[in-house]
Amino acid sequence: MNSLIIKHGRVIDPANRVDEVRDLFITGGKIAGAASSKADVIDATGKIITPGLIDIHVHLREPGRSDKESIETGTRCAARGGFTSIVAMPNTTPAADNTGTIAFIKQRAAEVACVNVFPAGAITKELKGEELAPIGSLKRAGVVAITDDGRCVQNNELMRRAVEYAKMFDLPVMDHCQDYNVAADGVMHEGYWSAALGLRGWPAVAEEIIVARNILLAEITDWHIHCQHLSSARSVELVRAAKKRGVKISAEACPHHFTLTDESVKEYDTNLKMNPPLRTEADRQALLAGLADGTIDIIASDHAPHCTYEKQVEFDVAPFGIIGLETELALSLALVHQKVLTLPQLIEKFTINPAKLLRLSKGTLSTGADADVTVIDPVAEWTYDVEQSASKARNSPFHNWNLKGRAMITIVGGKIAWQLE
Amino acid sequence: MSQVILMDATAIERALTRMAHEIVERNSNQDGLAIIGIRTHGVPLAQRLTGIVAGILKREIPIGEIDISMHRDDIGTRGASVIGATHITFDVTGKTIVLVDDVLFTGRSIRAALDEIADFGRPQRIQVAVLVDRGHRELPIRADFVGKNTPTALQERVMVRLVEVDGKDEVVIER
Amino acid sequence: MKRWQRKDLLGIQELSVAEINFLLNSAQAFKQVGKRSVKKVPSLRGKTVVNLFIEPSTRTRTSFELAATRLSADVINITANASSLVKGETLKDTALNLQALHADVIIIRHSAAGAPHFLAPLLKASVINAGDGAHEHPTQALLDAFTILEKKGKIAGLNITILGDILFSRVARSNIWLLTKLGANVTLAGPSTLVPRVFEQFGCRVTHNIDDALRDADVVNLLRIQHERQRQTLFPSIGEYTTMFGLNKERFARLKPDAMIMHPGPINRGVEIDSEVADCERSVILEQVTNGLAVRMAVLFLCSGGQAVES
Repeated sequence: MNSLIIKHGRVIDPANRVDEVRDLFITGGKIAGAASSKADVIDATGKIITPGLIDIHVHLREPGRSDKESIETGTRCAARGGFTSIVAMPNTTPAADNTGTIAFIKQRAAEVACVNVFPAGAITKELKGEELAPIGSLKRAGVVAITDDGRCVQNNELMRRAVEYAKMFDLPVMDHCQDYNVAADGVMHEGYWSAALGLRGWPAVAEEIIVARNILLAEITDWHIHCQHLSSARSVELVRAAKKRGVKISAEACPHHFTLTDESVKEYDTNLKMNPPLRTEADRQALLAGLADGTIDIIASDHAPHCTYEKQVEFDVAPFGIIGLETELALSLALVHQKVLTLPQLIEKFTINPAKLLRLSKGTLSTGADADVTVIDPVAEWTYDVEQSASKARNSPFHNWNLKGRAMITIVGGKIAWQLE
Repeated sequence: MSQVILMDATAIERALTRMAHEIVERNSNQDGLAIIGIRTHGVPLAQRLTGIVAGILKREIPIGEIDISMHRDDIGTRGASVIGATHITFDVTGKTIVLVDDVLFTGRSIRAALDEIADFGRPQRIQVAVLVDRGHRELPIRADFVGKNTPTALQERVMVRLVEVDGKDEVVIER
Repeated sequence: MKRWQRKDLLGIQELSVAEINFLLNSAQAFKQVGKRSVKKVPSLRGKTVVNLFIEPSTRTRTSFELAATRLSADVINITANASSLVKGETLKDTALNLQALHADVIIIRHSAAGAPHFLAPLLKASVINAGDGAHEHPTQALLDAFTILEKKGKIAGLNITILGDILFSRVARSNIWLLTKLGANVTLAGPSTLVPRVFEQFGCRVTHNIDDALRDADVVNLLRIQHERQRQTLFPSIGEYTTMFGLNKERFARLKPDAMIMHPGPINRGVEIDSEVADCERSVILEQVTNGLAVRMAVLFLCSGGQAVES
């Protein structure tokens, strides 16, 4: 196996509290303590070298909807975005509620994926929220977490049992927080703009009720629940208070939620329709505060590809979700440029925090660790052109946005998975 | 661009007086006589003509005004402009209508006005009175009463200004 | 403002005061056409107007159809329900097909808010919003304003109460935008679940007390209550609504003596309005219908001559 020396870069490895300019050595797919004799040299002067970024919230759509995305195209997107590991959501067709689907995903990933793919399993059969999925078997088949993402378990008793049961297998439970009765048929945040646009509201309280429920269940089961894509100020406050009490609760935020607000829906662009919906400026500020003080541990994309023809419809009818892997890092680096986060704080949310949550032996540059590395130019200015995306989908609201900062090289297991031409 | 005054206030007044007499002479049976002005400048001209004719005949002459926007055939090529209201309070059926406009050019305004009047009933006859006939007809339409015949080039503009609308009386040709 | 510039009429929210007045003045001219012996003008001769109604509506469709006919356009009606459209041909494909048949104007009624806004940039044809979900119903607001102007001579300074289901009402939204732009004092009233406080941010007064809503009103615009269309959680029953918020004879008697009663129709006699109140001389419900024709003629006429707005 070939060796690499990445020279003169600023190495940021939050897990080891490293932030210094030095060379990084890779040999045999692992981080090495010293240079090997026949190593290729990469000059990373002025660049940042981090543990390979991890996105724990990605919809790869395979099996079942490979017209929207596939394991091959989805992982190419990830590599372009600087991600070396991604977690695949279980809402495929068939759902990842059985060991066969998990085996299929792992096999396809081994064949075509250019980054590491970790499958998440379902909490309930067919994500219906009615009966537990075979969680133990799923764990054995290799899932790193369980979630019904895209859907939310409404039955509190069932959710309690799922968490208790998952604890036995050391499996964290992730939850898409949405009370169906309260959110009803809402398609955007309930507030001034939903009233003005005549669109049905998906109120913040529909998320907050479930966040509160999850906190209570995490507390009584003493097990880990991770709240996916928080969108509202009160959700952040609930998680903050629970963490103070020592509850095993964690949370993620998506770039679109901390970058955009519900006002942007005013042109009825279906690329601004996502679940949970974009909320108010006050909510956005609360997400930033939550990211800054560590209440929100992780940044994830909720990369949700849809076909163009599916999105080119009435706002009510369009599916929820946007693609995000390729814009995620730049939109997050904006928080560093805006001095909301320091660079090490940001890198933590992309590396060691998700690795710890899902017990992945990833997210550090310790000697002997898997050589998953991302080289980032934090100030490169570029324009996102969705037509050039590696995704099969084009549903991004960030098309033509001028962005600052991007991945330059993505190294997976010591091999260059992608680099900027 | 240069402007030449074609008619001043006196010339306009003289022309209208002559036209009024011609209208009276032409229509020996004046019982059914009515005058209708085309918006915007045809309306004050119609009012002045009506005044003179009524003076000659010593009785009231019915007067109306019409807006031809709805009958134009060029919507979509010009954009829609302000539509004024049409006021015809008398029954046009059986009447001799004198239709008054400021300038006779392509003939399209008169054509639209004829259609518009037909929507109100069936006059016995319609005659056309214009202050200026500048030629360049695109339709088989002619004026019965003309204040002034002026040959013009196609790209020239003839502007009629009237006290009631513009604050002064004059006819100007812009070359 | 000398010329109408828009190709589409999507809502009142984006119109300037000058544009609203331009439309209302034009409607004045078209109202007179209805009084002639020949109630038809040739303005849109040779143009094709499509009524694309993806939500059932008889009165609005009929009004637009008659308006287009009186302008001498050829009119075709296409009705579908949204669910079949979702499963089959998309709205975009339907609209492009109509354009391929050289439709000049597409009048769209749709249960989804924003559907006309979605179509307008895709089409060379004019797009007229005949009601999109709970968003806007611009011609209804224009005909309401036209009727108020005709009866009261002004809009600025009037106290206008809109009573009923505001949350789900496109008529309410278009009226709110129009009336506040023209300087009326707008009060919204009804049950708190249907008249949320967020509407105060639109420059309206919100009250849940019927007497407070009616006391100083110069105009009362009643909206239809459609219990079946809404989620059952929003109010207990039609009966309770009528008791709490219906315009009955007692409440009517306490109105200012010159207060005018409006309703976009179709009315539910005995629900939001007492039958005798609906028929009284201060009710202008049928005049609204007549004025709707003039307003829609003006809209069709102006948008046919308008150009695409550069955005």
